[in-house]
Amino acid sequence: MTGFDFVLSIGGAAGQGIATPGNILARMCARRGIHMYAYNAYQSIIRGGHSFLTVRMSDVERRTHGNEIDLLLCLNQDTMDRHLEHLGAGTSVIFNSDTITAGDAAEGVQLCPMEVGELAGKGANKLMQNTVALAVASQLMGVEFEALEDVLRFQFSGKSAEIADENVRVAQAAYDYSATEFEPAAQQMPAPSQPLAVWRGNDAFAVAAAGAGVKFYCAYPMSPSTGILHWMAANARELGIMVRQVEDEISVICMTIGAAHAGCRAMCATSGGGFALMTEAVGAAAMMEIPIVIVNVQRAGPSTGVPTKTEQGDLWQVLGASQGDFPKLIHAPTSPLDGFQTIPLVFNLAEKYQLPAMILSDLLISDETATVDPALLDMHPDIDRAGLIMEAGDEAGSYERYKFTESGISPRALPGIPGYEHVVATDEHMPDGVLISDEFTHPHKRRAMVEKRQRKMDGLLAELPPPRIVGDPDAEVTLIGWGSTEGVIQEGIEQLAEQGITANHLHFTWIVPFHADEANALLESCKHTIIIENNYTGLFHRYLRSETGFTVDGHIRKYDGEPFKPKHIVACVQEQLAGADEVSVPYEEIIV
Amino acid sequence: MVTGEQLPQLTAKDFKGKVDPDWCPGCGDFGVLTGLQRAVAELGLQPHELMTISGIGCSSNFPGFFNSFGMHTLHGRSLPHASGAKLANHEMTVVVTGGDGDGYGIGGNHFTHTSRRNLDILYIVMDNQIYGLTTGQLSPTSELGMKTKTSPHGSIELPVNPIASAITAGATWVARGYTGNIKQLISLIKAGIQHKGFALLDVFSPCVTFNKVNTYQFFRPRVQPLEDIDHDSSDWKAGIEKAMVWGEEIHTGLFFETNARPTLGEQEPVLDEGGPLGFRELGLSKEETERIVSRMM
Repeated sequence: MTGFDFVLSIGGAAGQGIATPGNILARMCARRGIHMYAYNAYQSIIRGGHSFLTVRMSDVERRTHGNEIDLLLCLNQDTMDRHLEHLGAGTSVIFNSDTITAGDAAEGVQLCPMEVGELAGKGANKLMQNTVALAVASQLMGVEFEALEDVLRFQFSGKSAEIADENVRVAQAAYDYSATEFEPAAQQMPAPSQPLAVWRGNDAFAVAAAGAGVKFYCAYPMSPSTGILHWMAANARELGIMVRQVEDEISVICMTIGAAHAGCRAMCATSGGGFALMTEAVGAAAMMEIPIVIVNVQRAGPSTGVPTKTEQGDLWQVLGASQGDFPKLIHAPTSPLDGFQTIPLVFNLAEKYQLPAMILSDLLISDETATVDPALLDMHPDIDRAGLIMEAGDEAGSYERYKFTESGISPRALPGIPGYEHVVATDEHMPDGVLISDEFTHPHKRRAMVEKRQRKMDGLLAELPPPRIVGDPDAEVTLIGWGSTEGVIQEGIEQLAEQGITANHLHFTWIVPFHADEANALLESCKHTIIIENNYTGLFHRYLRSETGFTVDGHIRKYDGEPFKPKHIVACVQEQLAGADEVSVPYEEIIV
Repeated sequence: MVTGEQLPQLTAKDFKGKVDPDWCPGCGDFGVLTGLQRAVAELGLQPHELMTISGIGCSSNFPGFFNSFGMHTLHGRSLPHASGAKLANHEMTVVVTGGDGDGYGIGGNHFTHTSRRNLDILYIVMDNQIYGLTTGQLSPTSELGMKTKTSPHGSIELPVNPIASAITAGATWVARGYTGNIKQLISLIKAGIQHKGFALLDVFSPCVTFNKVNTYQFFRPRVQPLEDIDHDSSDWKAGIEKAMVWGEEIHTGLFFETNARPTLGEQEPVLDEGGPLGFRELGLSKEETERIVSRMM
């Protein structure tokens, strides 16, 4: 590998302020035009525990936190004890030698002890060790002090001038000390180029929804989806979006449906547990034919599970959400940018086909902090309300909400328009909205209405892009994934190539409706298929098999809460190609 | 949008729905249906200015029998659907209709929180103290000792007190009607619609098929309209005190009212200008997008 590709990790307890140096580093990279991807391993705790933030900086976009650490910043002894053993030659460890003792380091590991008390002065804020560590890290990576000062002053711009000045003074002392005492890192930060933007996955989804015209957003706080609510709440009044935090997820989805019925583009988000509460109303949206967008940010389950860890465990929950058999849209984006770019389409499709759309994200992409090229941030996507009736027309007085049509799409009129009065019902109903569930039931009418709704799926499928294979069509192995694993599979394929193994990539993001024929044709063309998932039972494989009849050759699965690294993919593919007939489960060496 | 002033004055029959009610003959709910039809006609409202929204149950079939925009939603979930709809179109009059099981049982959480949220909604609960559609089981308002299919030895759970609950939860207009007194009921419905804020109207609406205890014969000698006695409806303590009375005398009428609290809509600047949210232009302006991107840099 050539070019700049550097991994820095910061470890400490929750409450020790890991987020601040993380944010400063992110901004430093972004302003310099250096790509950055951060993965934070943390626990559901406000104070204590072990948080481990891994920041990968590179001159080309990377979508994983890499394989190995180049530079470790220890904010407590626990971090030193847990991670020093994983560091090899050419790496460095920065720590506060007033409170932390170095362990036995491998040959070639540079220990960088810093006497923070001496540098910062007696009685200095405990968080000053973060500034010291950051200054030494910057110096080792070859970042000019001015660039560090710039982001430090930005970070402390909300505080008093004295606090900013004090941090800059201590940073300067630490920077100068490092320059005389330590060896620079093997890789040096490249010169500045075009600045990049920084976002988190949840921000990307929120911004996309705002651009797509969302006017109503409702949620109940649940990790790791809450970032969307935070963004929405912060921007609601400025952007004219009605944002509400309400009593439970049942209320969340029902309010979303109510608002959508009355004309708002409406969205809600939650994680698996909250989604479980929402399920009855998913069917209500389908039956009343009201377009809503629901984001489920998966975390490790079942039940409360591991709230701060990632998993692709909710596929079948979303597939089977709500009683009955009804049309729906399910999309699993691969990254913050992918979600940003597809959410406007999801809104258009939900509105055109008048059904619930579900976006299956997970902690890995919703929680990640990464740089993005601002040129890619098109916030004026096509908004197509697909013939929504917003003023009285010819049908006034004879309007039928659930009129039978060839496409299955009935004209949708907003409440408030004279001559278009109608009732939307969760009971089965006739074109004019009159129920056929209580006083009269009628098999022919019921059949006609079921078919009307389900016909919408044909049109919807035709609008979704079919799956495709990326990479060498003659590759000896095809890696199959869905949703958030796209980035790590792509990097795994690059690293497999270095080992002399050619692999290509078949990735699924549009789950329901599903291009089964196209998928099957692609699968039949592959030499050896391995499917990669963040769950135990191969949930997507079971779905793929049900839709295509195709059974893959091998499986790589990870369900320990931590995301795949590229090297995990490489090792497991090698194991599979060597004839392993069991599922390959990579070993996670980082204990957090 | 067309306003009521430009359109003809309607009568109760203009608010008849596409189908006739399928309630049992003698059901109290007929009184509420007639009451709402007459009340909105007398208020000069037009069908397109109204949304009736319900959950599931006998009384929740209401929107189908009424001519307006309607939503017939999930069991217990009428209030959140109505809240979303009201926020998306705050210019429409929203009346939520349902039963005691729907509202105080499965929907109890929403009842509490919608009360404190103070959206400008009238919530009419047709309270028959029994589950009718499922053929006669205990309801959250069934009296102690009540024998039903699910309480063959008599209920041993204290019933909820919707009036006192609503007052303590923060509802700004709380009343009780009785389908045996249509004149009072219509006047309460009109006042509830005109009240700015969350209005609860609990209505004794006897189930003539499954509740053989709380019948018209039971209520007739007991109901005591608060307007006939000395009651200060601006005093929440007096309202709760009257709500706790149950026995030889049971109060109907307005228990509590305050206009001191702004509605949720009035406090939300997003609704200040530009008409109903659901009808607004979509998408971001150039300035808005530039601001969003600059904060990411």
